[in-house]
Amino acid sequence: MPGLDVRIELAAGDEGEGAMDSRRGPRFVIDPKVRQVGFVTPGSESENPNPNSSAVPMPVNAGANSSPNANADSPSPVFITPRLPDPPARTTPLPVPSPPPRKQPSVEIPLQGSYNPADSVLGNSPALSPASNGRYTGVPSSEGPDLSPSASRMSSGIEILSLREDHADSPSASRFSTGGEFSLFKQQQQQHQQAPPPVTRVYASSLPPQPPAQILPPTVDKEEPSKPLKERTTKAERRAKQEADREAKRAARESGGKVVEGEVGPSGGSGKSSKAQVQKKDPSSEKRSPAVEKAPEKEKKKEVPAPRMQFDDEHRVAKAKKRSLIEQTETKNRVELFRHLPQFVHGTQLPSLEAKFFHDDVMHPHPAVYQVGLQYLTGDISGGNARCVAMLLAFKKLIQDYSTPKEKTLVRDLTARVNSNVSFLTTCRPLSISMGNAIKFLKTRIANLQISLSESDAKSRLIFEIDRFIQYKIDFADKEITKHAVTKIKDGDVLLTYASSCVVEMIILCAFELGRKFRVVIVDSRPKLEGKGLLRRLLGRGISCTYTHINAVSYIMQEVTKVFLGASSILSNGTVYSRVGSAAVAMVANAFHVPVMVCCETYKFHERVQLDSICFNELGDPDALVKVPGKKDPSELEGWSQNSHLQLLNLTYDATPADYVSMIITELGMVPPTSVPVILREYRKEPIV
Amino acid sequence: MNAYYETRAGHRGGPSGAVTSEWLAQAEAALVNPPSSLPRSSPSNGSPLFSVIEEFNLWRSKPELAEAVAAIKALTAVIQRSEATTMMGLEKELHNASEALKAWDETSISLSAGCDLFMRYVTRTSALEYEDIRAGKARLIERGERFGEISLKARKTIAMLGQEFVRDGSTILTHGFSRVVLSILKLAAANKKHFSVICTEGRPDSTGVEMAKEMVAIGVPVTLIIDSAVAYTMQSVDMLLMGADGVVESGGIINMIGTYQAAMVARSMNKPVYVAAESYKFARMYPLDQKDMSPSPRHVDFHVSLPAPVQVECSARDYTPPQFLTLLFTDLGVLTPSAVSDELIQLYV
Repeated sequence: MPGLDVRIELAAGDEGEGAMDSRRGPRFVIDPKVRQVGFVTPGSESENPNPNSSAVPMPVNAGANSSPNANADSPSPVFITPRLPDPPARTTPLPVPSPPPRKQPSVEIPLQGSYNPADSVLGNSPALSPASNGRYTGVPSSEGPDLSPSASRMSSGIEILSLREDHADSPSASRFSTGGEFSLFKQQQQQHQQAPPPVTRVYASSLPPQPPAQILPPTVDKEEPSKPLKERTTKAERRAKQEADREAKRAARESGGKVVEGEVGPSGGSGKSSKAQVQKKDPSSEKRSPAVEKAPEKEKKKEVPAPRMQFDDEHRVAKAKKRSLIEQTETKNRVELFRHLPQFVHGTQLPSLEAKFFHDDVMHPHPAVYQVGLQYLTGDISGGNARCVAMLLAFKKLIQDYSTPKEKTLVRDLTARVNSNVSFLTTCRPLSISMGNAIKFLKTRIANLQISLSESDAKSRLIFEIDRFIQYKIDFADKEITKHAVTKIKDGDVLLTYASSCVVEMIILCAFELGRKFRVVIVDSRPKLEGKGLLRRLLGRGISCTYTHINAVSYIMQEVTKVFLGASSILSNGTVYSRVGSAAVAMVANAFHVPVMVCCETYKFHERVQLDSICFNELGDPDALVKVPGKKDPSELEGWSQNSHLQLLNLTYDATPADYVSMIITELGMVPPTSVPVILREYRKEPIV
Repeated sequence: MNAYYETRAGHRGGPSGAVTSEWLAQAEAALVNPPSSLPRSSPSNGSPLFSVIEEFNLWRSKPELAEAVAAIKALTAVIQRSEATTMMGLEKELHNASEALKAWDETSISLSAGCDLFMRYVTRTSALEYEDIRAGKARLIERGERFGEISLKARKTIAMLGQEFVRDGSTILTHGFSRVVLSILKLAAANKKHFSVICTEGRPDSTGVEMAKEMVAIGVPVTLIIDSAVAYTMQSVDMLLMGADGVVESGGIINMIGTYQAAMVARSMNKPVYVAAESYKFARMYPLDQKDMSPSPRHVDFHVSLPAPVQVECSARDYTPPQFLTLLFTDLGVLTPSAVSDELIQLYV
């Protein structure tokens, strides 16, 4: 023990060193080394004698990884290099976590290179993402290009290049260690490909002008007629170049995701083999019909998302009005920041809509859809799940009553029919994200119908799919969520919920039936006061409740132990998109260290990222703010629309940042908000259900 | 106070590494009142049950073997000894054995995570569709052995990854005893890195003292501090390196008590907090706070006689939320806390 005491004193005496350490502190916190693990840069690691230096080889690799995609139209690149006669030993790739080379002989490196992603405990997971496959490839071999995994192949390619640069003007090899420089190099390369490039020659012509041509290996040099770089090309040459480019593009597209391996790092590393490859591909691409050639363009068009209707664009609004079935007048005094969102005077649409109910027209909404639309408009159906189910059931009826007109195909005509019905629903009330997902699902199902199916078969198939969607993605999902969430409710808990969410209600009822002893705080807000309905239903079961308005949330939060919220949607950055006020509740809960659990089915997840609740939202009826239920005398705001200095804002949703959410409960289990993109990635690969 | 911790402590510091009569007594005791969840329909239920726990303890008595790996070995042995005539029967037997193992010590996260993972890994093959029981069995055994090997290798992998983070002249604070952390430090020392280690005492079972002894053995300057001196020493610390009992879905860890406060102090002083854990410790749990875990009480000795009304808080572990962790060193690579959930989702869902 005395010995220990001495040490402790020493530690206390080390203040000076401590101060120094604290000065260096921040450097340790953000550690650039992290990145090395994911992508191997064996060569560059060994090039870097000081393992602690901040020149991280990662950027090079990142550039190398992205470059084949970035300039897919020039399949030539850099990487098709004639092999150096004598690759220096330093290019020997080491596994990333290798000790510094100087110590190598004395140290036994356990497991050098024997680690292999397939070996990891979880390695056999079928869903291992491709990125994780390249994580860790450290087969020490002497020849760079012989390395089998593509990543290391590529990096060694770079290295050879950079070494050649060494010969030329001997800057350090680390010239390429920053991404910026690499991309610059890439640019130059693209520039110089303006000259008609037979693929084999690309390497030579793509070298930057600074290193003089002498440094090129003689074999390559012979083929290359030395010409000024900015030479004028003849028409024929340009055409030839265009052709070559197009072909290269096609080849790149055919090899698909494998571009990286196939094109960039040919196993031999010699120009000839790559030429052979390209040539081999040509005939196959030639065989394809022109339709194939067109297809990619179509895809390109699809990739651009349709611009959302911006309601501050007067031209388009006028256009839309003409097409619209509903006559509606825009509200006055709209809030400046929200002009891009639609807002119409509430209730004006109803008479005209009702009058048109029996209208007979091909593109007229189906009666069931019409009914649902009216219910949306009046607010009879609200809540994400209810709206979505109502819509799907209406579409089911539409499909049941559908018969393909003559000289039309079911797939196309039905899609058009659905589209027109959807646009009708949109005019009644903007679609929620969950509805958007459901519509996307239905449309893909229609599009994927086999042409050989008879009409009745196709219809029954679609109806089956819709039923399955409702059953699996909504009903079962809710039950599963309830099952997960109930495990988090303990005796003595005080649960807080905001407004009314049907999943949260199910959870509370289920926990009550299981005999848990808890109390519920229902926080509500004007103008919808949806919490009252929930309150009534919970009280009917005999659950002890507290009802309060959102103004009191910071007071009531002291006694709360858990917060359960529903969600309209969850976006891929973890942002929860929910009834307006949820964000405030979540923030207060977070400030009080009360865990916030958001319950949401995965069909409501969306790939979009949103940072605020302005760019996408829904505006409610501003008059709802003015009317106070139970208040006898006319409100102070009577006739507010006459006052041009007054705007009323009745938002429907808000966005809760992921920081305030402790957990998201989905039918797949309880996940942190950071895992939303994982779920989207893993489950949207195949279409929903 | 449960059997598990007694035996574990016995293995770690105790003089005996071999199976003692106490061991067997405990194993038998666990058998006397088997958990109610076990179906008793199968007549051959008794013998494999006994053997799996015995087997497990046998494997665990080897000092270098982690619990999860021992469990994997024991389960593989169950397959070997099984007399089931159909693949379904075999799978059921395996399931029962793993449930028995898990029930034997409900507080051990790595044990249950290891069992779950093994079941996933072994049964997720097409082996169950084999017509021939022999071929299927052989395949399962092979997979089991392979899995065991991989798990054994995991620590070496982590050591290779982790030692990169140890820099010359740095001071590392460790909390408790962890074999993974030890292997990282050993490798770093073997690579001739000069660093010093500060070990916490690690009450109540003084695991930190064990760590300090190991540090002396590999020639690394070591300082031992009491657990309450963490904040005091933090300014001279460059990084915090700890093991974990279990890594949960949020990316947080469950570890020996005191981890949370050490991580909190480190965080508030902007020191990186690194956690070394094998991927078989990843568990599908999501604790919301400290009380949201099954308790695992330990006996705490205060060296004085306490008056009866004094209550003693004797939880043996705590939960450290992900926001206090910087990185996790695992055999899947160096992960951020949020990547844990990624791996778990890919694995289980």
